[in-house]
Amino acid sequence: MLQVEDLWVEVQGREVLKGINLQIGKGEIHCLFGKNGSGKTSLLMTLMGFSDYRVRYGRIIFKGKDITRMPVNERARMGLGLSFQRPPTLKGVRLRDLLALYGKDPDVGSQLAAAYNFGRFLEREVNLGFSGGEIKKSELLQLLAQGPDLILLDEPESGVDAENLNVIREMIRRLLQKDLPRDRQRSGLIITHTGFILNYVTADKGHVMMDGQMYCQGNPLDIFERIQRHGYEECVKCHLYD
Amino acid sequence: MNNSSENYNYDDRKGPSDEDLLKTFRPASELEETEDIGEFDEAEIKRLRQSGIDLSGSGRAGSFMQTNCTVQRSDCHVQGIELLPITEALKKYDGLKDYWWRLIPTGKDAFTREADQGLDNGYFMRVLPGEKVAYPVQAGLYIRNENVAQRVHNIVIAEEGSELHVITGCATHPHLTSGLHIGVSEFYVKKGARLVFTMIHNWGKNVYARPRTGIRVEEGGTFLSNYISLKGVRSIQMFPSAILAGPNALARFNSVIVAPDGSDIDTGARVILEAPGTRAEIISRTISYGGHVVARGHLIGLAPEIKAHLECQGLILADHGMIHSIPELEAHVADVDMSHEAAIGRIAQEEIEYLMARGLSEEDATSTIVRGFLDVRIEGLPPDLDEELQAVVRKSQKGI
Repeated sequence: MLQVEDLWVEVQGREVLKGINLQIGKGEIHCLFGKNGSGKTSLLMTLMGFSDYRVRYGRIIFKGKDITRMPVNERARMGLGLSFQRPPTLKGVRLRDLLALYGKDPDVGSQLAAAYNFGRFLEREVNLGFSGGEIKKSELLQLLAQGPDLILLDEPESGVDAENLNVIREMIRRLLQKDLPRDRQRSGLIITHTGFILNYVTADKGHVMMDGQMYCQGNPLDIFERIQRHGYEECVKCHLYD
Repeated sequence: MNNSSENYNYDDRKGPSDEDLLKTFRPASELEETEDIGEFDEAEIKRLRQSGIDLSGSGRAGSFMQTNCTVQRSDCHVQGIELLPITEALKKYDGLKDYWWRLIPTGKDAFTREADQGLDNGYFMRVLPGEKVAYPVQAGLYIRNENVAQRVHNIVIAEEGSELHVITGCATHPHLTSGLHIGVSEFYVKKGARLVFTMIHNWGKNVYARPRTGIRVEEGGTFLSNYISLKGVRSIQMFPSAILAGPNALARFNSVIVAPDGSDIDTGARVILEAPGTRAEIISRTISYGGHVVARGHLIGLAPEIKAHLECQGLILADHGMIHSIPELEAHVADVDMSHEAAIGRIAQEEIEYLMARGLSEEDATSTIVRGFLDVRIEGLPPDLDEELQAVVRKSQKGI
């Protein structure tokens, strides 16, 4: 599904990714761990193709096609989808209008919103005064309407209150086709700080990022347990002895 | 590419002096053909519809229509409203002493002096106490002949506890390029009344518009103003001023202004918050496609416990465009809550890419954002105006 080869990226002259390699197969779910500023969000933004993230070297292959220089919207149409951590506010643009633009069926948005108790938000301006949890719900709702094949989630649980946590979980499970564990077609790359997501999403692989580099790959539960016990410094040591 | 400081000379754009402007146009009352207006053709009917005026009168509580200096209709089919040509109202009410030139001094400028000395009519509207009128009343002020100066004076009175929505469409004939409109308007919102005033300007390329507006709102009264100008015009200059005279009165000014190349639009509003607990809001959304816009706002807090907010947002979508935002806050007592925000720029790349990440093309993402920018959700907006808004939005797709 996705292959990243020796990817070097800079943002406004500052190097944020330094030789990233990553492979995600069809139906696989990968988790990204790492401190703030380690390059996790930069990796997702680069995969999606945002203009601030300039690829200096390396390639991104998606569904067998080199998308390294492809515009954002073409990547989205090929099946890449991202849930933003801090999306911009769109004044005067109602969530209902956006959902109608994504789906082929204009009713899909309202049905989804109703299913996740989000109906009253349809008339609100996108992200204007949304709480942390509301932003996550709105992002996931948009992704569900879009229906991507490779789903990039940037800390889907941060800032979500207890009441909304269950809804967010349901939405993520649906996005990642939890009901089709064997025949899952979609893949996922998920940034998580808390690791809570591992409780309800079976991830295939975990990766640790530090200082723009991939430090470690392996069983996500094992990695997360080590990080919890020893902190990220342990990853540095482990990497040194690797 | 853009104006550099050396060749930037704002005075060049100011055009003729007020006195010269008045000499350029002949007064509407001097036209010979004004007595026989006859029928409007399809293009004119459409033009008026886009200005908020439906000549069939459907969905309207009443209609006033003035072409040049001739009042063609002034009719009302609901109880509780009085709608008259202003010349008749002046006779009927003995010169309207309490309302005539009470909010604007006759000697304010050359245009008020002109309107004082040579009047081509205007409308008088009065809603009786406690009457809540469900449908809007429409008033069309239309210049049909080339090089004409139309001088009107309007009075609107919302008596105690009444409610009314007035839609005023000011337009020139679709093929007319040059003209001058002078419109003096005085609004009186009495205790607990609610008056919504929607004004749509639909001028030609060499038309000058000089509205002069005063508003007085008494205790617990509400005045809401919506102003829309989407088409090219040579010059609009206006600065309506509202006095919130009674406790808990409210005034809100919304404007949506699009300035194509060659347009000079200098507009805004002033609200004087004179009584405790009054509230005011001035919100403007401005797009320049090469035209010049000055977006003003002046909030004056004279009493405690008032709340006032000013918001000027501008998008420059073509080279040579200019937006000059002048938000002013003035407080004379300590216990006030006054704020403003002003922002000018192009559409943020981040916003465009956010929508592109959902699969929208750059053009569709841009037009979605511009459509949102212009969406101030004005109640009772005519559907034909929506067509015009879509045209503005489509224009944005062409990019800078």
